[in-house]
Amino acid sequence: MNDAIARRRILAKPRSFISMGFKAGDREPLARAATLLLAAATLGVMVASLAIGPIAVPILDMLPKMSVALLSADRGIPEGISPRDWIVVMDIRLPRVLLGALVGAALAVSGAVMQGLFRNPLADPGIVGVSAGAGFGAALFIVLGGSVLSPVMTLLGIYALPLAAFAGGLMTTLLLYRIGTRRGVTSVATLLLAGIALGALTGAMTGLLVYVADDQQLRDLQFWGLGSLAGSNWNKLASAAPIILAMLVCVPFLARGLNALILGEAAAGHIGIRVQRLKNASILMVAGATGASVAVSGGIGFVGIVVPHLLRLTIGPDHRYLLPASAFLGAALLIAADTLARTIVAPAELPIGIITAFAGAPFFLWILLRKRGLMGFS
Amino acid sequence: MTLLNRSTDPEKETLLLISGVGVNAGRIEIVKEVSFSAVAGEVLAIIGPSGSGKTTLMRAMTGESAYRGSIKLAGRQVRELDPGAQADLRGVLPQNSQISFPLNVTEVVSLGFLCHRPERVDRGPRVREALAKVGLNGFEGRIYQDLSGGEQQRVQLARVLVQVWDPVPMDGPAHWLFLDEPVSSLDIKHQYQIMQLARDYADSGGGVVTVMHDLNLTLAFADKVLVMKDGYGLAFGRREEVMTAELLSTAYDFPLKMTANENGEDPLVTPERFRSRP
Repeated sequence: MNDAIARRRILAKPRSFISMGFKAGDREPLARAATLLLAAATLGVMVASLAIGPIAVPILDMLPKMSVALLSADRGIPEGISPRDWIVVMDIRLPRVLLGALVGAALAVSGAVMQGLFRNPLADPGIVGVSAGAGFGAALFIVLGGSVLSPVMTLLGIYALPLAAFAGGLMTTLLLYRIGTRRGVTSVATLLLAGIALGALTGAMTGLLVYVADDQQLRDLQFWGLGSLAGSNWNKLASAAPIILAMLVCVPFLARGLNALILGEAAAGHIGIRVQRLKNASILMVAGATGASVAVSGGIGFVGIVVPHLLRLTIGPDHRYLLPASAFLGAALLIAADTLARTIVAPAELPIGIITAFAGAPFFLWILLRKRGLMGFS
Repeated sequence: MTLLNRSTDPEKETLLLISGVGVNAGRIEIVKEVSFSAVAGEVLAIIGPSGSGKTTLMRAMTGESAYRGSIKLAGRQVRELDPGAQADLRGVLPQNSQISFPLNVTEVVSLGFLCHRPERVDRGPRVREALAKVGLNGFEGRIYQDLSGGEQQRVQLARVLVQVWDPVPMDGPAHWLFLDEPVSSLDIKHQYQIMQLARDYADSGGGVVTVMHDLNLTLAFADKVLVMKDGYGLAFGRREEVMTAELLSTAYDFPLKMTANENGEDPLVTPERFRSRP
């Protein structure tokens, strides 16, 4: 009887039978359940965040009409919904929630990929200076986009900013990798130190830009420092979404390779992985997603460390589940933090970066203390 | 029916041919000139003092390092094979067995399936069988980092075994095990157990190439021996031809003698001027 059931399940889902035979040591069912649960939780948080704010809206009545409106591209206000509620949700909260979801997913997945690539739980785009590089690229366009760089600006339109941030992030990541890796072995100590140096350098260059910026540009620039989803609109969403969505779609293909990389670069090659190609693809994706996130939301720290680490503690380090689960948990956490940011001191707003840093920095220290001596950080 | 496809050319089926191989690490020439051949069904041990180029030679054979000369595995030049094709032919047990994230034992061993097509085997039982072979029954759910060095080494060996489980697969050339000091972190029981496992793999038709430090284990388990010294192959041949007191003393720059019991069996290598305390 049980055999028959097992056989039928093998036939139905040929790839999932990997888990069937294990008794002990199999964390896959747990990981699969957790990922599904997180997906559902993310949806719940999104809906809750749409409902929460200074203006109370009947969100459950609105949801069906919203999906109709979004799918039909009909911009009219449907019957039975107050125009005020409709505008608050559709033009203010929804783009912000969606942007929060994308940025949260991008940051968490970037962190998970970078940690897998550098084989260290403390690697993160924010810590090794990739975000600073992306911030510099963005600042370059905010300050010089109207003058020196205006031809590029006209050519690329709303994509100029995220692309500049992407280029800045990519260049920093490549430099870091070149500096930190010798004869195929990445030294994490060198990497972190180089990250600090590169972060300081790009910070200084951003400082130069701040020095020549006018008042409006200064206001724009300020939000890189703290990170915020304030001012989200459909245009910002449209500028960041393609890069981040492309990364989220492609990243599952890295999972097998990143799993192999847990054994070390040499052993990953021994079991059939093209390691150099894996590294290149990972770097490209991390730089792209980090750049696009930084371009629309500034420097939101610690999501990339906290989320993958929490997940590894519960579902284990298997990247086939870690990457999607990180995307969901990152999205849910960032939307929750943003909801907090815009309600805690209402009608004013806290930059979300302050909240993630307040929650994330102590967590980072806790990882350091917990892991000290357990896993070498050499 | 697959037997019909089997080519009869031994070079394509059972041979590892190394000729005129040199390997650099940076600008330093570590392996200068080595030639030898190994055949599936035998255990080949590579011995020699530290720094003589054993591990570097191993890296060239496993596709990690660029090399001069020719390394042909199953009739194909190793540098022309992509990692997937090499992974189909041979498993590699590296010296270093550290891993970066807390996988459990089952997950580590399952990484050996990575290059397999998913439908091939029932993986759970195969993992348990591999763990049983290396003497780790009941370790499936243990976190790798919590194990001792010797246990970690045996988990890694189980991973290598599931990668090239059948010494002679139905549809291809013989499988190979490349082992870099497989027993140096093990206690004596597990040293013999693991070497016996390699021995059995060879007896079933697979190829085994292993870097060894322990000369007595080499005497007990190897068929052929390659002696490295200063980046050159000092001697290569059958164990009984190569493992002589004179040659080993030259190789290690240290006077060694061979002793055996009254019937000439169970030879042992010991230092020439060494007396154990009474």
